[in-house]
Amino acid sequence: MIYLTGILMVAGLIFMFGAAVGLIRLPDFYSRLHAAGMLDTTGMLLFIASASIYTLWQDFSLDSVFLTAKLVFIAVFIFITSPTATHAIVDAGIRAGMEPWTKKDN
Amino acid sequence: MDNLFLYSALIIALIMFVSLFRAVAGPTILDRIIGVNAIGSKTVPLLILIGFMYERVEMLIDIALAYAMLNFIAVLAASRFFQKRKGLDKEEEL
Repeated sequence: MIYLTGILMVAGLIFMFGAAVGLIRLPDFYSRLHAAGMLDTTGMLLFIASASIYTLWQDFSLDSVFLTAKLVFIAVFIFITSPTATHAIVDAGIRAGMEPWTKKDN
Repeated sequence: MDNLFLYSALIIALIMFVSLFRAVAGPTILDRIIGVNAIGSKTVPLLILIGFMYERVEMLIDIALAYAMLNFIAVLAASRFFQKRKGLDKEEEL
């Protein structure tokens, strides 16, 4: 079970690192937002899954069950709010009239 | 297991510094909002890791939950505030 915790945590770190690389390297506002929004949500969910498995595995009592319930609540909250924030930023960009990046054909 | 938590927290702090570059040097205002959102959303696992390291998870998990809500409200308010503004697509000079 401890290996499962480590594997999930490292997977979440890899997703977050991909989000950071996309945030630096991509050419456009919309593509940067795509990388940051999607990969951050997945990385956080994997991370919180690993944390809740660790909490339940360490000692199984009523306190740890409550702690895991709070962690699951954080995961559900992030899974709802992170795409909402991404959509709000994209909406602001579209209403301001920002053009998506395209390949220059000349 | 403590080493795994410690090095994961260090890597998350490094990733937050990489996102800080986009928040400081982003060409438009919305790029800065993206950088701040990335930093704020990575604070939640960092707080949970700090709780695991000091064995005070039951205190720090409430702080993490409150921080997630605060970050969501802040990003939503910032993007709504800049929604009607002209000239968002211009690269601004500091």
